[in-house]
Amino acid sequence: MIMAGSVIVIGAGSAGMEVSGVLARSGVSVTLIEKTANTGGHVKNWHHLFPDHRDGADVVSYMGVRAGHKLVNILTGTEIRELSRKGGKFHATTEGGSELTGDAVVVATGFDLFDCSRKEEYGYGIYDNVHTSAELEEMFRAGRLTTASGKEPEKIGFVHCVGSRDEKVGNLYCSKLCCVTAVKQAIEVRKKLPRSKVFCFYMDMRMGGASYEELYREAQEEWGISFIRGKVSEAGEMIDHRIQVKVEDTLVGRPLKLELDMLFLMAGMEMSEAGARISRIAGLKTGENRFLLASDNHYGSNRGNVEGIFYAGSCTAPMNITETISHARAAATEVIDYLNGINLK
Amino acid sequence: MQFDPFIIPFNIGLYFILGYVVLRSLRWFMELSRPDKLRLQRGFFGRAFGQSLREIFMESLLHRSIFKANFRLGYMHMSLAFGWFLLIFFGTIEADIFGEKHLNAPYKAIFFKFFNPEHGRSGFEAAYSFLMDLILAFILTGLLLAIVKRFFSPVVGMKKTTKHTATDRIALTALWLIFPSRLIAESLTSGAYGTGSFLTGSLGNVLADFLPAGRMAYPFWWLYSIALGTFFIMLPVTRYMHIPTELFLIFMRNSGIRTGDRQGTYSEVETFSCSSCGICIDACQLNFAAGVTDIQGAYLLKNLRNGADTSRIAANCLMCGRCDSKCPVGIELSPIRMIRRRSGDAQWSYRNLYNGYLRNRQSLPQVKKELKPSFGFLRKDDPDQADVVYFAGCMTHLTPSISRAMINILEASGLSYSFLDKGGGVCCGRPLMLAGKDHEAREVINHNSGLIWKSGAKILVTSCPICFKVFRESYHLDAEVLHHSQFIKRLVDTGKIKMNFLRKKVVYHSPCDLGRGSGIYSEPKELLAHISRLEPGSFEDDNSLCCGGSLANAVIGSKGRKKIASDMAGKLTAMHPDILATACPLCKKTISNATGVRVADIAELAAEALVRKTVPGFVQAQSVSSDAPDAVSGVNSANPGNLSRVCPVN
Repeated sequence: MIMAGSVIVIGAGSAGMEVSGVLARSGVSVTLIEKTANTGGHVKNWHHLFPDHRDGADVVSYMGVRAGHKLVNILTGTEIRELSRKGGKFHATTEGGSELTGDAVVVATGFDLFDCSRKEEYGYGIYDNVHTSAELEEMFRAGRLTTASGKEPEKIGFVHCVGSRDEKVGNLYCSKLCCVTAVKQAIEVRKKLPRSKVFCFYMDMRMGGASYEELYREAQEEWGISFIRGKVSEAGEMIDHRIQVKVEDTLVGRPLKLELDMLFLMAGMEMSEAGARISRIAGLKTGENRFLLASDNHYGSNRGNVEGIFYAGSCTAPMNITETISHARAAATEVIDYLNGINLK
Repeated sequence: MQFDPFIIPFNIGLYFILGYVVLRSLRWFMELSRPDKLRLQRGFFGRAFGQSLREIFMESLLHRSIFKANFRLGYMHMSLAFGWFLLIFFGTIEADIFGEKHLNAPYKAIFFKFFNPEHGRSGFEAAYSFLMDLILAFILTGLLLAIVKRFFSPVVGMKKTTKHTATDRIALTALWLIFPSRLIAESLTSGAYGTGSFLTGSLGNVLADFLPAGRMAYPFWWLYSIALGTFFIMLPVTRYMHIPTELFLIFMRNSGIRTGDRQGTYSEVETFSCSSCGICIDACQLNFAAGVTDIQGAYLLKNLRNGADTSRIAANCLMCGRCDSKCPVGIELSPIRMIRRRSGDAQWSYRNLYNGYLRNRQSLPQVKKELKPSFGFLRKDDPDQADVVYFAGCMTHLTPSISRAMINILEASGLSYSFLDKGGGVCCGRPLMLAGKDHEAREVINHNSGLIWKSGAKILVTSCPICFKVFRESYHLDAEVLHHSQFIKRLVDTGKIKMNFLRKKVVYHSPCDLGRGSGIYSEPKELLAHISRLEPGSFEDDNSLCCGGSLANAVIGSKGRKKIASDMAGKLTAMHPDILATACPLCKKTISNATGVRVADIAELAAEALVRKTVPGFVQAQSVSSDAPDAVSGVNSANPGNLSRVCPVN
């Protein structure tokens, strides 16, 4: 079936690319807007993906093929300044001043990684050997995992829940992916540096995905990674630039001081700034967690409070890639129904 | 002898309240501690007496402080207080000059018109009547404002007004009736006799046209007398007790008596001096930013007067001190709150008897003290010997950029220093004190004092205003205690370190414990003005806001704190500064999570501006931004006057 109609998709990460591809194959012309210079969102920065350590580039190239349809017009380096609805059509004005129109809009603005310097007690941006999970992926990609002074690290720590489940930074929610990311990265560190000792500091291990629990077990049994239940209270830099962490092992009930060569912070997910901007200019409701608020928790997760504007991916809640792609496809079916005049509330 | 039975309610009320106030103040005096009794005696025969009279006139009658805070509210309080005073004063003279004899009973002045209805026909008498009408009109305008305020507070520039108890409402109704009933009674009498001036005379003529003015006046004279009598009798159990009590408060304060940390006469007098004007409510960030509307100073004092439980109210406070600095009566609200927080340690409390007309001290059963917490596990290593000891404090350990900046500055200064709590130290004790746990706090204070004594330090520098306040007030140290903003300023003034100029627009947030809590306002601002483009903010000095992170409040959750932080961050960044500077690790952490603007401690900025001498004679600017900092000599330009200090250690 060939459909008439045009849709503006905001954000060309995995959700935006997938929704654009599905819509285009149904005959809908799509304008896919991306504020950065490249499509592919966060995934393109990820060297390996959990739970199977596959190359992140695989997924990016898959999405490139899916979205590479003649009906998809990709505008990179473009941001939306205004978005309004007149006579059943959406009119968007870009920062550059050009005008776009569409019968519907899909918001796929994704998430931002938590800025770890806001948890100053962990010393990110202050100490040389404290890095984020995203930076570790870059190190893996570059094939070089050394301390700031160029030495091979012997003891490495992972801090879970940085910017997640933390009232003090205003994020009560769980970002869901950091546990399994830590497990995946810890295994990769052990693979790369067989002599290293790896510690994960966690509050709870939330391993609720296909093959996650198995990966967690593998991390303990095969790779000897130590999981210590306790939140790191602070990190200090020692004279030789190693990092001393203070943590309470809540299973043993004792405070610990550990000296580590490197510390990695599992940055949580936050509503993206771009998404927050769109929610302001289009009047989209957001939840207490600042993500876009779905019209219904069970069957309305692709819709919000403005008719004709649909949501895809992690602009609504933390999601992994699998969930994001599924959510994007669901958004596409909602858009097609809407363009066909089928009104599902 | 002029007499009429309607004066009886007034007379009963008046003599009751006079007797009551005398007895109450005698009792207060008896319950004063011996040193305070001596202070009061010295004050009575010294300068304090004259000062107090002046202050009573300026504050209790003219309400100058309220005028400063809010003109319309000030006018309302002034017209009622000063107007009533004038009415009594000139009324007494009127009765003395024009009455049947000199030296009259008070009622003759109050009900002068009733007993002298023919008065005021011509000449001097008419002029005097004009004056009396003018005063009455003056009061009535204030009363009108008060009535409007009760139902619609924004009219007098108040966002909120205090909530009332039933007793308050009866007294308020009586108060509201006093002046309108006097107006009508005088007008009707004037109308019947053809006397009275522009107000009572004109109104009387109009009323007399269609009413039997002569006969109708009498019930209104009764109403006037009953309203006065009721008001006087209700006075001791309502907030209007502040009228006589404030006079004692002013006198005691001028004699040098302070709240201190124990319940006693002074805190009791303060409690009864509150007029519930509501200025503390409008000043409170818990009210205007977090929607907590029932814990402010006025409510704490009201509950204390009523003998109600105050533990919940006392605990829910940021202790930022904004209300203390704004209270027009000068009530020390934070110390009173601290007394309530410590009330578990109190040996006695007040108990209301006879609906609050009597307040008795009652002994409290002493709760058996739990075993003292033991801090025996604390390491007792001997500290390094140094002239300057740096104590970062636990909050600074959570903001390592600040301690790192301080180490850079200390290194650059060339002074001998040691970092006392480098590997993590013991709490300064203030959080425990703020929770009312003075005994427990004393243990950690002793531990830290020992370390500081042993270090032989001449100067103790701390990065945290919370520590700073407790080091200054509750430790007995040989070393001079400095906050790092003062210390860095002194290093710059004495030429120990030199500063570049950061081309950044900076707004300074004064932390509560450093500013209002310790009176350190100028050093941080002078230092910032020296190294950056310091912009004046709208919330400066004792009007500065709390960041919301205060350790003093264990009741509001993070949502409430977030609301306060977002509100204050929005206000401080309204001028779009490049950097929001503060001088407290807790403020920095709290505000950073509430704004996108860079938040930095003054020590970080000073470390960024520090001129480092890597090679003698070669000045290398440590640049953190793309702008090239101006290499200026740090010493002479900003504060030539401070060069008299030679070495910061001596």
